[in-house]
Amino acid sequence: MKVKLHIWRQSKKSTRKDFKQDGKMVCYEVDHVSPDMSFLEMLDVLNEDLIRSGEEPVAFDHDCREGICGSCGVMIDGVAHGPEKGTTTCQLHMRSFQDGAEIYIEPWRASAFPVIRDLVVDRAAFDRVVQSGAYISVNTGAPQDANAIPIPKPDADKAFDAATCIGCGACVASCKNASAMLFVGAKISHFAHLPQGKVEREQRARNLVEQMDEEGFGNCTNQYECEAVCPKEIPIRVIADMNREFLRAKAKEE
Amino acid sequence: MSWLLSFWRSSIGGKVTMAVTGLMLFGFVVVHMLGNLQFLFAEPEKINSYAKMLHDLGPLLWVARIGLLSVFALHVTTAIRLSRANRSARPVAYQRPGTVQASMASRSMVLSGFSVLGFVIYHLLHFTLEVPAITPEFEAQVKIGEEFTKNVHSMVKTSFDNWYIVSAYAVFQVILFLHLSHGMQSLAQTLGLQHKRYTPIIKLTSFGLALVIAGGNMLIALSVKLDRFLPDLGLVG
Ligand code: HEM
Ligand code: FES
Repeated sequence: MKVKLHIWRQSKKSTRKDFKQDGKMVCYEVDHVSPDMSFLEMLDVLNEDLIRSGEEPVAFDHDCREGICGSCGVMIDGVAHGPEKGTTTCQLHMRSFQDGAEIYIEPWRASAFPVIRDLVVDRAAFDRVVQSGAYISVNTGAPQDANAIPIPKPDADKAFDAATCIGCGACVASCKNASAMLFVGAKISHFAHLPQGKVEREQRARNLVEQMDEEGFGNCTNQYECEAVCPKEIPIRVIADMNREFLRAKAKEE
Repeated sequence: MSWLLSFWRSSIGGKVTMAVTGLMLFGFVVVHMLGNLQFLFAEPEKINSYAKMLHDLGPLLWVARIGLLSVFALHVTTAIRLSRANRSARPVAYQRPGTVQASMASRSMVLSGFSVLGFVIYHLLHFTLEVPAITPEFEAQVKIGEEFTKNVHSMVKTSFDNWYIVSAYAVFQVILFLHLSHGMQSLAQTLGLQHKRYTPIIKLTSFGLALVIAGGNMLIALSVKLDRFLPDLGLVG
């Protein structure tokens, strides 16, 4: 099959003052694409063509290519990770597109995610949110007996739903307000349902939300685009969990 | 009080402010509609004596007015703060924007909200401040029992004789419906109420309530305009 791509090309890193830099949409045509190729393999084919003709290849992030690392992710026709539900860009296949399709490929757009080059964005803001308290501070020591702390199955399931987050940033990219509340909600909800998370509960809710705001993410308006595109299908319940945890923490603050 | 300010400034604090003030405004809108349902009875005395009762509250009425106005102002200022922050959180728009499941009502909250603001200002100029350029002349006084009181019925009746004014109020009801149908379900999520079993009920209820409010208000305007009242329809004795 054959596709026509419109891709955002940008050679210099975005700054607060100049987010666009020299960026613009550039049109490319790619022939002999197999429907069995993944979306990233199709981009590999494009890049081989570009290299052969002496042009700069398109920069995009990727690592595992099996949907577990969260590195990949671009806006495909305005939808984060493209048209298939619960799928990362690397797991999206060209059979999801028509032969001759015109496809728009853009980087995640958020002031907290500056574009490094072409389709690659800097997601360090997520790391800083995690560093602000999305963990449990215990001395690990020897591993404990597996069933020493009983956790009801429904609680374990809720925590696990949130823990499946791979930090790809699709929630921010798809949100009309570039809000990170699904991501931060997942971190908070993950621990809120586990006994191990209870000790630092208030501190965690306060610090994560504060860091999220500091990074300049937007504010959720409950439109649930994040839930629709999340490759791990994390439910918006985690945002309600976060709101409750934050209110509780604020109420108990001295 | 600095803790309150810092709470308001936080993202979730701002959202919760929207939700709580939105809920209060919703309460007002319900009471406002219920009160005005008295227009549906043919006798003007019903609404006029209700208006008199409200005016006789004196200082209490002012307490209620100032309270309501502050809640409204807080809702609007928080909306401005949040929507500006949201805009700057995405400095470059997508060339090819897409939407998967966000409803039309949810996407037009800022627009519908500011339209409500514009209309509330018009509505106050029309029926509260009675600005001559906006309010048609009406029989100012009516006698209830021994006392003369403001003739609210005549004020509304003369205004709604004009189809343009009725249409303007109708358009406003559609906008209010949009704002409330998303707003009511949104505030539950904001306040942390999200549940497999109850969320679908909340969504349905918020849609239904928004419809009842907009429909009820519309019914009142049409009833006054067309001189058709509940007793005519045999609905009440
Ligand atoms: C009759 C008056 C009004 C009522 C009953 C009302 C009700 C509500 C409710 C219930 C919410 C949901 C809060 C939440 O998401 O948690 C809301 C949100 C909102 N309102 Fe209003 N509102 C009114 C007037 C206004 C006005 C005048 C403005 C204009 C500035 C406005 C702008 C907004 C905005 C921007 C939101 C946030 C939208 C979002 O989160 O998606 N509202 N309103
Ligand atoms: S490359 Fe690892 S999730 Fe796509």
